[in-house]
Amino acid sequence: MSDVKAQVHGSGDPAETMKDKVIIRDLNFFYGQSKALKEVSMPLRERKVTAFIGPSGCGKSTLLRVLNRMYDLYPGQRAEGEVLLDGENILAPDLDLNLLRARVGMVFQKPTPFPMSIYDNIAFGVRLYEKLSKSDMDERVESALRRSALWTEVKDKLSANGLSLSGGQQQRLCIARTVAISPEVILFDEPCSALDPISTAKVEELIDELSEDYTIAIVTHNMQQAARVSQFTAFMYLGEMVEFDETGKVFTSPRDKRTQDYITGRFG
Amino acid sequence: MAALYPARKRRNLVWKALALAATMFGLSWLVLILGALIWNGVGGLSLDVFTKMTAPPGVVGGLLNSIVGSLIVTAIGLAIAAPLGILAGTYLAEYGRYTRLAVGVRFINDILLSAPSIVIGLFVYQLCVVPFGHFSGAAGGVALAIIATPIMVRTTEDMLNLVPDSLREAAAALGMPRSLIIRQVAYRAVRSGIVTGILLAVARMTGETAPLIFTALGNSLFAADPRGPMSSLPLIIYEFARSPYPEQQKLAWTGALLVTFSVLGLSILARVLSSLRVAGKQS
Repeated sequence: MSDVKAQVHGSGDPAETMKDKVIIRDLNFFYGQSKALKEVSMPLRERKVTAFIGPSGCGKSTLLRVLNRMYDLYPGQRAEGEVLLDGENILAPDLDLNLLRARVGMVFQKPTPFPMSIYDNIAFGVRLYEKLSKSDMDERVESALRRSALWTEVKDKLSANGLSLSGGQQQRLCIARTVAISPEVILFDEPCSALDPISTAKVEELIDELSEDYTIAIVTHNMQQAARVSQFTAFMYLGEMVEFDETGKVFTSPRDKRTQDYITGRFG
Repeated sequence: MAALYPARKRRNLVWKALALAATMFGLSWLVLILGALIWNGVGGLSLDVFTKMTAPPGVVGGLLNSIVGSLIVTAIGLAIAAPLGILAGTYLAEYGRYTRLAVGVRFINDILLSAPSIVIGLFVYQLCVVPFGHFSGAAGGVALAIIATPIMVRTTEDMLNLVPDSLREAAAALGMPRSLIIRQVAYRAVRSGIVTGILLAVARMTGETAPLIFTALGNSLFAADPRGPMSSLPLIIYEFARSPYPEQQKLAWTGALLVTFSVLGLSILARVLSSLRVAGKQS
């Protein structure tokens, strides 16, 4: 773990100390024989939003899915290198994956509510790890829904099926579900690409609020969204981490030509 | 271009007429069969059919022991086939999706799906009748189970494959262990599909005769104990249809009517359930 005192290419407030919640070191990732990530190294700052941008196929979703070892569900996919969460290497083979995923949550591109009531959707994850009384569970569900800006819309129909909500509401339900189990890191994999603009704005606002308590990583193909929502941005290209810096720097004065070409729309 | 059009139009009409004629031909046989069943069987339908046992010629009888026997052997068959088939289907779709074992199991399952039922009957005869020295309803149940299990395996695997992986990933992302993902997410998503599979398996079992000939044998007395020989509707239809006595022949038709309309009813119910499921998803 390193306490990085705002040394990353200067910052507004020199007294601000930033801790690295996650450190990725020399990460290589393989789909079978083909290498999808090449020697990726970068930090995720605690309680900050880090955006991953890059053209399709650059490996940003692949990288995100390493962080909660989602790739473990599929044979033939493997990772080499180190990913330290609070100093502990999560790529270790004997690591308890379920406990890891309770600490590192993920919200996917396509909203996937479970085929059960709104209440149960949220209580489901909580029940895995905690035994709560009915009133405690009610509180937990309410608080998760409030944090996801969904409470007022669903408080009178908690027993309705999760699938009966609109797309934007379903995605906020998925966020509530993730938040309910109190993770430390939340990974967002293109969370707004299936949503209309109004829902997108609501989710972006949500991410901003959530970053006060959680470390957030968001993959997005929308550069404007990355600029709006994140404090740090990582540009990836063909499996390599090309540039990582404060968002403002990446978008106004990138150091690498490839970054420059991408953000000006020359390709991708 | 204009010169070709009328010829094409004519050809189109001819093909359309042929297709329609083929459909009508096929459908008419179904109508004829149902019609014959109703015509010949409805006359014999009475309370006696459901309250009296099969009787020798000259005695007023019914089909009670056959109906009860059918229900019992089918229930035994389902009790074996459903858990076995669902669990095997779960293995194929979840745990062993890409394994070589799964490829082999799927292949064998497909063969069993259309295995000749008399061969299954002979096999179960060797397995369950010979060692015990007598025929039994339980052996009949086992034979029916061998027929129904491949249906359950196929249905379960197909239904579970319809559940998108994104749903499983969403559950995994919460830290849910594999077995819980299957039990509490995947199964819940395919509940009505599995029920449809069960209905279809029951429909199949209801009509099977050959496997019961060498296993349950049949019984002219009321028999509800699966450890002994047991009657069933297809068996009694086989017996009575060959009998020279008109009242027994009439009962055979009535039995055929009962079997056919039960199977029809189950199939329609299965269809209704799956269309409800589709409608539900679209809401």
